[in-house]
Amino acid sequence: MLELAIKGSKRYWGWMALLAAVVGVGFLVYLQQLSFGLGITGMSRDVSWGFYIANFTYLVGVAAGGVMVVLPYYLHDYKAFGKITILGEFLAVASLVMCLLLILVDLGQPMRMLNVIFYPSPRSVLFWDMIVLNGYLFLNIVVGWNVLEAERNGTSYPFWLKPFILLSIPWAISIHTVTAYLYSGLPGRGFWMTAILAPRFLSSAFAAGPALLILLCLVVRKLTRFDPGREQIQSLAKIVAYAICINVFFFLCEVFVAFYSNIPEHTAHIKYLFVGLEGKGALVPWMWTSMGLMAVGIILLVNPVTRRQEGVLAVACVAVFVGTWIDKGLGMISGGFVPSPLHHVNEYAPTIPEILITLGIYAMGALVLTALFKMAISVKEEVAG
Amino acid sequence: MEDSRRNFLKIAGISALGLGASPVLDAFSKEEGLQTPQMIQGEKALKATHWGMVIDTRKIHSSEDLNPMIAACNKIHNIPKLETENHEIKWIWAEAYHNAFPEKETNFLNERLEHIALPVLCNHCEDPPCCRACPTQATFKRESDGVVMMDFHRCIGCRFCMAACPYGARSFNFRDPRPFIKETNLEFPTRMKGVVEKCSFCAERLAEGKLPACVEASNGILIFGDLDDDKSEVRQALRENYTIRRKQNLGTGPSVYYIV
Repeated sequence: MLELAIKGSKRYWGWMALLAAVVGVGFLVYLQQLSFGLGITGMSRDVSWGFYIANFTYLVGVAAGGVMVVLPYYLHDYKAFGKITILGEFLAVASLVMCLLLILVDLGQPMRMLNVIFYPSPRSVLFWDMIVLNGYLFLNIVVGWNVLEAERNGTSYPFWLKPFILLSIPWAISIHTVTAYLYSGLPGRGFWMTAILAPRFLSSAFAAGPALLILLCLVVRKLTRFDPGREQIQSLAKIVAYAICINVFFFLCEVFVAFYSNIPEHTAHIKYLFVGLEGKGALVPWMWTSMGLMAVGIILLVNPVTRRQEGVLAVACVAVFVGTWIDKGLGMISGGFVPSPLHHVNEYAPTIPEILITLGIYAMGALVLTALFKMAISVKEEVAG
Repeated sequence: MEDSRRNFLKIAGISALGLGASPVLDAFSKEEGLQTPQMIQGEKALKATHWGMVIDTRKIHSSEDLNPMIAACNKIHNIPKLETENHEIKWIWAEAYHNAFPEKETNFLNERLEHIALPVLCNHCEDPPCCRACPTQATFKRESDGVVMMDFHRCIGCRFCMAACPYGARSFNFRDPRPFIKETNLEFPTRMKGVVEKCSFCAERLAEGKLPACVEASNGILIFGDLDDDKSEVRQALRENYTIRRKQNLGTGPSVYYIV
């Protein structure tokens, strides 16, 4: 089926070339990072993880969000989603490609990467993260490919595939749970050390993933002859509505526990993010923007009148996507490191090279996503005749 | 025709996968690959089952009293002096009381403690969170004497240990440190960019029968010895004085004690 991805219009190739150019720029900057070291980023002794790990965490969520179309179709036999499960699976594949690349560029010694396999360390959460992420990538490629191939041939997917499909559902939950455990099991990092971190990650993932999927469905409908369907988009919209409400609720639970108990180790980080600490508050406007966007998202998505208008729905989805990205991508990681365990307030901001490398990886993800979606949609168009 | 070609490709693909996987499986089966690296011990090596340190803050009169021990460490361990604070490498350094013990912050601190700086370093924890976090066992606790060590050659630079350490004891080489070393000590390795490092209780000196460099230069402020030996100097100091440890409530079991 790969041939479908290399037969395309001028517009398709133009878009791919544009993405490839951005990938190229990112790669060149990465070569510079490789020769100089991670010192070209904004990370420091106190804030030792930054933009790469933050975006990694966010995209693990987007990948896990794909399960929100797989689960209703395969477990609840919700037929409408049958049309778009492949889009969810391929979105997961593209997200995971970005996740793995972000980990790679974050390593100080990437050529020693295989040490994780040569010296397997089951006590390290990173070891398990490697297993669940690669496993989920494998599951989605195998399932997506075979289901699509069966659709093309007008048959049902092979019987041996069903266990893989069922396994992929809890596996999706596991990737974000394990990723949350990277943070929540660390003594002395009060911001992350909360049992609700994994549920929080999952709720924001189930908002962000399907929100992106809705936007992609709208784009696909506009650009191709394949219509993902109004019912499908509306069902996704309800999922986003519930998930974003739960996400904000979980956050408020955190705020209550931190400020009613008033334990400084827990309040300091939230204070830093929302009002600033010791005169430093680079993230304050960002965090309030994030809260505002999520509130707008909730209002537009919960209200059926606005949700049913696809133009407004698109706005709501953008608000949810950007709002959760700021929350998790900017706040969650920096917020955990500031103040430091020795209570120094050293702020972090990504540098231009760091942003360019990250953009290159996003472009790579978009490239993979476009090729996979092109394949899937060509099959759908072919089948429809 | 179509069908046989597809089958051929399938078989070829599976074979290629098998060939690719074999070195990985070999590595898994090799037992010695899993062992932590060893440091050869000299004939006169100092021996203990649990190295520990007691810091007598009463002997610190100003932050300048800490300079000799910090300088001694920096010199023998080839610690670079970097231009930006963000990239700093620190093994032992000075902190104010409320930074060393942020959970014990008070408005009415003893005047002496208010005005001095305290030395801080890796605590060589009994249950080190950094070693739990490391995905390659590049940082590990030496079972024989409790020293938490680093293998600079195995470290992949993921910095999970830095997030895990509640004492900020770890530094990362954000760039090549070599141009920033004033005088290279050829008896100790320099590091390369992209790896994490920290205090090793001078394991390389203990192996030669010498005390840690900071202890030697400390003018009696630092006491070093075997915490498991009740006749040792550290145990005597612990018996005679009330001591505190950093972030004791986290259960990491620091091996560095402070007489305040």
